[in-house]
Amino acid sequence: MNEIIIEATGIKKTLGRGAGEVKALRGIDLTLRRGEFTLLMGPSGSGKTTLLLVLGCMLAPSSGTLTVCGTRTSGVDKEGLARIRRDHIGFVFQSYHLFPTLTAAQNVQLALDIRHERGRKAGKRAREALNLVGLEQKADTLPGELSGGEQQRVAIARAFVANPSVILADEPTAALDGNNGRSIMRILADAAHQRERAVLVVTHDPRVIPFADRIVEIEDGLLVDTGSGEPERLHLPKTAAFRP
Amino acid sequence: MSLVPTLASRNLFHDRLRFVATLVGIVFSVVLVMIQMGLFLGFGRMVTTMIDHASADLWVLPKGAKCFEDPSLLDAKLRDKVASVDGVASVVPLVIGFSDWRLESGELTPVFVVGADLRDRSLEPWNVVEGDVRALSQSGAVVVDRSYYDRLGVSKIGSTAEIRGRRVKVVALTDGIRSFTTTPYVFVDLKNARTYTGTFPDRASDLLVRLKPDADRDTVLKAVRAQVGEHEVLTTDEFRSRSRSFWLFGTGAGAALFAGALLGVIVGTVIVAQTLYSSTKDHLSEFATLRAMGSSNGYIYRVIIYQALLNAIIGFIIATAIGAVVVEMTAKSALPIVITPWLIAALFVLTVVMCVASAIGAIVRVVRIDPATVFMR
Ligand SMILES: Nc1ncnc2c1ncn2[C@@H]1O[C@H](COP(=O)(O)OP(=O)(O)OP(=O)(O)O)[C@@H](O)[C@H]1O
Ligand SMILES: [Mg+2]
Repeated sequence: MNEIIIEATGIKKTLGRGAGEVKALRGIDLTLRRGEFTLLMGPSGSGKTTLLLVLGCMLAPSSGTLTVCGTRTSGVDKEGLARIRRDHIGFVFQSYHLFPTLTAAQNVQLALDIRHERGRKAGKRAREALNLVGLEQKADTLPGELSGGEQQRVAIARAFVANPSVILADEPTAALDGNNGRSIMRILADAAHQRERAVLVVTHDPRVIPFADRIVEIEDGLLVDTGSGEPERLHLPKTAAFRP
Repeated sequence: MSLVPTLASRNLFHDRLRFVATLVGIVFSVVLVMIQMGLFLGFGRMVTTMIDHASADLWVLPKGAKCFEDPSLLDAKLRDKVASVDGVASVVPLVIGFSDWRLESGELTPVFVVGADLRDRSLEPWNVVEGDVRALSQSGAVVVDRSYYDRLGVSKIGSTAEIRGRRVKVVALTDGIRSFTTTPYVFVDLKNARTYTGTFPDRASDLLVRLKPDADRDTVLKAVRAQVGEHEVLTTDEFRSRSRSFWLFGTGAGAALFAGALLGVIVGTVIVAQTLYSSTKDHLSEFATLRAMGSSNGYIYRVIIYQALLNAIIGFIIATAIGAVVVEMTAKSALPIVITPWLIAALFVLTVVMCVASAIGAIVRVVRIDPATVFMR
């Protein structure tokens, strides 16, 4: 079995207050391992984003324990959590969240900059990361002049340029068409398989199922199936548009 | 190089309108402070011009004299007593005072008469552009400044008028000897000054003491003090600062200037704080993204503070350019605005402090938001 990157046990998360209180997560156990590409699926409002943010140390669980690369996160302050993210986690969001005033290369380089990696070496690394997502030609382009798929690829390059152990992606292909979606998924799958990372992707889209090593389903804040390493994709219909 | 400056400057220049608004705020504020402080310095200089141009090492003044223009008088016989002190080279009485000047047209205008013994060249008109100061010894001779032609109803050497019913004639003209009181200075000979100001021969306004080259100032000062009883003896520096503090703080003029400057600082801070805050608000999702990427809060503060500093530097440069124009424009006025390198340096520090202080509001805002909320939508 591969090394455990993230281990979550008994995670509960209540969002909102008073009348608007929602039990978004109601006791989740989940383990993410190096080299594994996991899909997190579930209906809208089931708690996917909440879980992703908890696993990514962006939201503190109301109860339960979370361990990231051997570090328990309970009791760690905000700066400490930021450090854990900096050291181990890369995020990819549905709406890219690129910096509109920075070029593609600068957007990627920003992930190194906050780690105090600067100078020509950082510039070179950023370009290499763009190269991996097939965007070396667009390094000096502003996000506004890139297509959605290209922007998402920049965001992915940014997420893995600093070599995080885990990449957490929230509906990275939701805003993209079939071809772009497929290429994004392939890049993320490669990130898991070739570069030995744990990759967790939240998606609604059944067409990406063939890429997954493992599918985790969530409903109403609880996991339906936490089977690890099961090649569930074999049981799925072959009509998927995104075949690997 | 870090991307902090890049990010900060792009954030700043991205929204041109807001950037311009910020700059207008900073420039307005800095120029206001600069002018107030420049006036303060200019005023501080103007009130001591006479002292600056008198050649004296020590001043003997009537008790409690607050400034050069103080109308109180002392006993002129002190002159001999002071002159007998070891180390004193010369003692010259000065007679000053307000008087009335009647133009050829019959109109009356107040003037400030400055009379010194010309033989001693202790306080005589400077910047003479026409005529000869030595002609002042003639009876009825006066020297006036060109800038007061209209006020005094004169137009050239030889023009005439009356002071206290006595006929006077302009024998020389100066350029730029202007009084902050707006009352024109009229230089005359000591004897004439007594007549024009109604000062008895045994009285004088001040005594100007010059020391022998090898004399020790402090020793002579003590000895002179012992001779003059209740009268005051000040060094030129002491008299200058006494005059200055009387006019600047005794009158409230300085306080008013400082209040104006303070207002400028407050307005500037509020404007910068406001625009920086709204800029930060607009970029909250970017700051949240930085946070998600694992950046420290310090990194984000640096971006905001860098924005504040850029505002400060650009605003300051523009304000200084405007200040230079204002200085040029007021150079020939009764109250020129004086901007010294120290003032510039102090203003720069002030601008930076103001802008960085303004950044605190924005920083507090960023710290308060939970970056997760940005990604939950
Ligand atoms: N700030 C909040 N306050 C209260 N409830 C919230 C808040 N944010 C989300 N929720 C609720 O928490 C539950 C889980 O939300 P979450 O965003 O994790 O769902 P999701 O599975 O990602 O949905 P989607 O597929 O639509 O993105 C939902 O019922 C949502 O309405
Ligand atoms: Mg979601």
